[in-house]
Amino acid sequence: MNAILKVEGLRVEFDHALGAVKAVDDVSFALNAGERLGLAGESGSGKSTMALAILRMIKPPGRIVAGRVSLDGEELSALDHEGMRRLRLAGIAMVPQGSMNSLNPVMRIKAQLADAFRDHGVHLSNAAFEARVAELLRTVGLRPEVATLYPHELSGGMKQRACIAIAICLRPKVIIADEPTSALDVVVQRHVMETLARVQRDLGCAIILVGHDMGLMAQFVDRLGVMYAGRLVELAPIGEIITRPRHPYTQALISSLPSLEARGTMQGIPGLAPLLRELPPGCAFHPRCPRAEDRCRAEKPAVREVAPGQRAACHFA
Amino acid sequence: MSAPLLETRHVGKRYGAMTALSDLSMTIDTTRPAITAVVGESGSGKTTLARIILGLTPPSEGQVLYRGHDMAGLSGRQKREFRREVQAVFQDPYEVYNPFYRVDHVLTTPVKNFGLASSRAEARTLIEGALRAVGLRPEEILGRFPHQLSGGQRQRIMVARAVLMKPKLIVADEPVSMVDASLRATILGSLRKLTDEMGISIIYITHDLATAYQVSDNILVMYRACVAEAGEVERVVKHPQHPYTQLLISSIPKVSTTRDWLEDEGEQKAAAAPSAIGCRFVERCPVAMAKCATTLPPLYRTEPARAAACFQYEASPELQAGALDEVLVKAHEVV
Repeated sequence: MNAILKVEGLRVEFDHALGAVKAVDDVSFALNAGERLGLAGESGSGKSTMALAILRMIKPPGRIVAGRVSLDGEELSALDHEGMRRLRLAGIAMVPQGSMNSLNPVMRIKAQLADAFRDHGVHLSNAAFEARVAELLRTVGLRPEVATLYPHELSGGMKQRACIAIAICLRPKVIIADEPTSALDVVVQRHVMETLARVQRDLGCAIILVGHDMGLMAQFVDRLGVMYAGRLVELAPIGEIITRPRHPYTQALISSLPSLEARGTMQGIPGLAPLLRELPPGCAFHPRCPRAEDRCRAEKPAVREVAPGQRAACHFA
Repeated sequence: MSAPLLETRHVGKRYGAMTALSDLSMTIDTTRPAITAVVGESGSGKTTLARIILGLTPPSEGQVLYRGHDMAGLSGRQKREFRREVQAVFQDPYEVYNPFYRVDHVLTTPVKNFGLASSRAEARTLIEGALRAVGLRPEEILGRFPHQLSGGQRQRIMVARAVLMKPKLIVADEPVSMVDASLRATILGSLRKLTDEMGISIIYITHDLATAYQVSDNILVMYRACVAEAGEVERVVKHPQHPYTQLLISSIPKVSTTRDWLEDEGEQKAAAAPSAIGCRFVERCPVAMAKCATTLPPLYRTEPARAAACFQYEASPELQAGALDEVLVKAHEVV
C-alpha cells in the first residue's frame, strides 16, 4: 500500500522552567491512502499535540525539535509559512475538538466557507459558490438553509457537521478529526461518524481519528496507534488490538471502557498518567503496569515489530 | 410510617414556551438505599430534575415535599436540615475550588457551618474518615492546593465533602464526564461503596448509559422532558422496551471485532421539533402509530420492576401517578 502521509521521528518539546518537556517523543507511522487510523490515549498522552505537529501548528513554548512529515511525497518542513498555510485545509484538514468553539460565532456558516475558498485562492462566481455551499451542506446531511444561519442557531451535531463541511470543502487528502464527537450524545455521535465515513469514502481521503473511546475506535478505524507519555507504544490493525493487545496499557484502556455486557466489570487504570517532566525511569508505564518487573524499571523498551504490521514498545510484547 | 425523604408530585418546569421537565412524580425513600441513574441526551430534562430535587430550581408546576413538608414553605431549621441530608456533586471538579485556598477549605467549612465536630481533632478525624471512604489517602490530599491534584482526586474530594455531612441522598450531576476515562471507574466505584456500606442513596445524572449500567440499581431514561422508560437496570439495558431506549443502546459503539455500528445513514430522523401533544419521540420512532402523534403515552407497568411510556405496551396496566418508585428496586434486590 502506498503511504499518503508519513511521519518519521517526530519530536515536540515544550520549554519549561525545569527543562524541556517531551510531549511527542520520537513518533513514526505511515498513513495509507484511504485508511482510517486511530490515535488513542489518556489526556496528556500527546495525541492532540501530535495532530497539531503534523499541521505544524505547535505554538511557543512548544516547538518541533526533530522529525519529518511528508504528504504524498512532499516534505512539509521544506514549505515556507505561506506554503504551509495553503496546505492546511487543502491538503490536510482538521475537524477540531469541540465544534461549538471552533466556528466563528459572528459569521454565518456560508461566510465561513467563503473564507476558506478565498484564502486558498478558489474564486467562484456567486451562483457557483451558492451551488457549492448547498452541495457541501447536503453532503454532510445539512439542509441548504443552514448556510445562512449563525453557529448559535445550530445544535451540537449540526455544528460538528458544519465543521466537517468546512474540512472537506477543498477535497483534502487527509482529515485529522480530534475527538470530533466527544461533546455529542451517542445517537448524534453515530450519525456524525456515519457522515464522516461516507464523506471519506466519496473523497477517497484518509482519516486520523484522535480520541480515547475504544468503542468508537473499534467500530471506526482500520488501524490503531496507542500513545502513552508522548510515545506511540502500540500500533496494529484494530482487530489485533481488540483480540490480542500487546501492550498492557492498551489492555488497560480497553478494560476502562464501561461495558454493556456485564455489570461491575469496569476497571480503572491504577495510578495517574505521569507528568511529562517527571517521567519515571525505564518504561514510563511501569508504575501502573500489572506486569512490571525490574527490567521495566531500568530499561526503556524500544518500539519494535512484534508481528508483521504490528509494533509495540513493551519488553513482554 | 414517617414521610419519605423526598417526594415530587407532578413536578414540571417551563422556561417560557420551552418545557424542560414534564409531570414527574416519584418518591425517594431512603430507607431503601439504591443508586438510580437518570439518563438522557442534552435537553432531556435530567439536570432540571436534579436541580429541582436539590431545591436549587423551584418547579413551575407541582410540588416537592421534603419529609412531608412542601419545599417552598420550609422553616429555616428544616432548610438547614435539608441542606445537610441532601448533598450535591457537580460536573466540573475544577471550577468548584478557590485556587487560593488549600483543598482542606472545602472540607473544614461544612464542618464549621454545620457544627459537625466539637474540636479540631474531632474535625480532623471526621475529614480523614470521609476521604478514606472515597478511596483517598488523607496525607496525600490535606494541605495541598487544587492545582496540585488531578481532576479525579478533586472530584473524589467533592464526594468526600458530601459524605462528611452524613447525607441520606447525594445527587451527582455528570460527576465523571470531565474526568479521564481511566479514572471514571474509581470515582463511580467510590459512589457504589457509599450506597453499599453507608446506606446513602444516590441519584446519578448522566448522558452515558454504559457507566449508568455499571454502577446503578435502577435507571430512568428521559427524552425531551418526559420519562421514556424506568426500571431495574439489568432489565432495561438488556431488554429495552421503549424505542428510544433501544435506539440509545444500539448507538453505543462496542469494543468488538463485529463492526456493525456504522451503517449507511439512510434517512435520519433527528432534530425535528418535538410533538406538542403526542409522544415526544414520534418523529424518530420506527414503530409509531397514528395515535402516537396525538396522545402522550402514559407509563405502562410492563413488568414488576419496569415501566415504559409507549403505546406498544397498552395492554399493561398504567403506572399510577407517583408510583415511579414502585418499579425501582433497592440495592442488590433480585427481580
